[in-house]
Amino acid sequence: MSNSFSRRAVAAGIGLGALAAATGAHAQQHRLELLNVSYDPTRELYEQYNQLFAAEWARTHSGQQIHIAQSHGGSGRQARAVIDGLRADVVTLALAYDIDAIAQRGLIARNWITRLPNNSAPYTSTMVFLVRHGNPWRIRNWNDLTRRGISVITPNPKTSGGARWNYLAAWAFALRQPSGTPDTARAFVQQLFRNVPVLDTGARGSTTTFAQRRIGDVLITWENEAHLAQNEFGAGQFDIVYPPFSILAEPSVAVVDANVDRRGTRAAAEAYLRFLYTEAGQDLAARNFYRPRDAQVLARNRSRFPDIELVTVDDVFGGWAQAQRTHFADGGVFDQITARPRA
Amino acid sequence: MSDRRSAAKRDPSWLAGALIALAVLYFVLVLLLPLVTVFAEALRRGFGEYFAALQEPDALAAIRLTLLVAAIAVPLNTVFGLAAAWAVTKFQFWGKSALLTLIDLPFSISPVISGLVFVLLYGARGWFGPLLDQYDIHVIFSVTGVVLATVLVTLPFVARELIPLMQAQGSDEEAAAATLGASGWRTFFLVTLPNIKWALMYGVLLCTARAMGEFGAVAVVSGHIRGETATMPLHVEILYNEYSFVAAFAVASLLALFALVTLAVKSLLEARFAQQLAAQRWR
Repeated sequence: MSNSFSRRAVAAGIGLGALAAATGAHAQQHRLELLNVSYDPTRELYEQYNQLFAAEWARTHSGQQIHIAQSHGGSGRQARAVIDGLRADVVTLALAYDIDAIAQRGLIARNWITRLPNNSAPYTSTMVFLVRHGNPWRIRNWNDLTRRGISVITPNPKTSGGARWNYLAAWAFALRQPSGTPDTARAFVQQLFRNVPVLDTGARGSTTTFAQRRIGDVLITWENEAHLAQNEFGAGQFDIVYPPFSILAEPSVAVVDANVDRRGTRAAAEAYLRFLYTEAGQDLAARNFYRPRDAQVLARNRSRFPDIELVTVDDVFGGWAQAQRTHFADGGVFDQITARPRA
Repeated sequence: MSDRRSAAKRDPSWLAGALIALAVLYFVLVLLLPLVTVFAEALRRGFGEYFAALQEPDALAAIRLTLLVAAIAVPLNTVFGLAAAWAVTKFQFWGKSALLTLIDLPFSISPVISGLVFVLLYGARGWFGPLLDQYDIHVIFSVTGVVLATVLVTLPFVARELIPLMQAQGSDEEAAAATLGASGWRTFFLVTLPNIKWALMYGVLLCTARAMGEFGAVAVVSGHIRGETATMPLHVEILYNEYSFVAAFAVASLLALFALVTLAVKSLLEARFAQQLAAQRWR
């Protein structure tokens, strides 16, 4: 007995030592490794894209192997993790503000948004509705979501990027109605969130709530996520409804300067993001229902992307910094309208 | 005896039946059905897909990581639990009840907090973050962080199994050994350890089960990197979120299987050593 116990203790000591050595030696390995910290619905896109890029990298770098690890979650939560020390080489998040938050902590250069074309957003998307097959509640537009008895599924704007786009799209819709004012918009969004029974932390959680657990009459989600859910769960389960009006969502990407400089991965990380803008990258994005920036690729895939009226955050809200401060910061409008009246 | 039998007679048989039915129903709904569901969902598309899901590189990485984490956390907390129980039950010292309360703390705080404290301590913005950063040591969002969080969460299991038993046994036998001139180590291995080995084993088994199954604390410090810092419970969540329901339940069933095997080992050992066990109790 005495022997086995001391042996165990030694084994534990060796285990800890090996662990420290393993993490230390990580950076010196020859095989290149990148970590892409992304938001929720991009799981399938980047799984395919990483293979495409690895092949391209090997072809142009005399066969060098590159492995891209993925981490997914609500966009805000992921930004928080990078700030707390998650060693992302690149972040591919749901909106510019989350990357700004990382930049404010000095991990990314402040001018990141101008370093790549199109506001550093290689693809765009918009927010659409996913309803049960046949659209039994005849949901066509944003004002249908505030009807009494309609149950709406959306993630929490505090943690999810998609949810912030949802919220702002609803707000913009209410604002442009005849006699729309910030006050009517606020009342409209408040009414909408009264119809929300569950607030998941990320877009994928909401999709599972709606599609797998069958809660809710309508899911407000990314265009790509709606198509993915339709494909995953088979035809005849859900219909996608394009409202006549929605918001232009620009999911942004950036190299995390502090991390790539330390790990010596800058060249690969920059190539990884630039390749998103090539025809191959754009084509893959389009096949995964992200709207490509490349005019030719978009033209080829026009039938996938119905032409609806899209407004931008800059036009309606004066930019993300402003929108974040007014609506989603602690004590902001979202907190005010979802606060329960005190008993 | 006769009293109890007459009391039993007074209960109408339908009541007894209803109570038994209720207990069985409760057991089936809360325990059996979920367990069956895990395996049923995992095998929904046959054994081929089931085993394919378990041999997928990321799943294998998750299994390896889970076993590694348990292999580090369990021995550490076994040694700690033994030392703590020995100190608390065989000696009197100042601050003893404070120590007892502290040992229990991981039981009572939410696992999310157990994870978050490590982010606040070792995260890039945490107390020791800048220092660790200078030496390029990563604690959070790495295997080290996952191990630390698991060690914290599973800390009380062994100690909590041992302390009540050792308290009940008292320190008479150790005192006798001491008067006969046995050293501290000799007393521990020849007197104390044989007396507590069953409780110790039970504590180690519970500790192992929890170490492999912990989700909340580990989720906070892992960073959810597929194939690198995702333990089996986290990998189940990732797969579920990727609509790979069969694969998610396959990994979940393996986790459940680990737990069942742990319990089976315990029962087997108990059966195998029933006589020794009885003798020990008699003594």
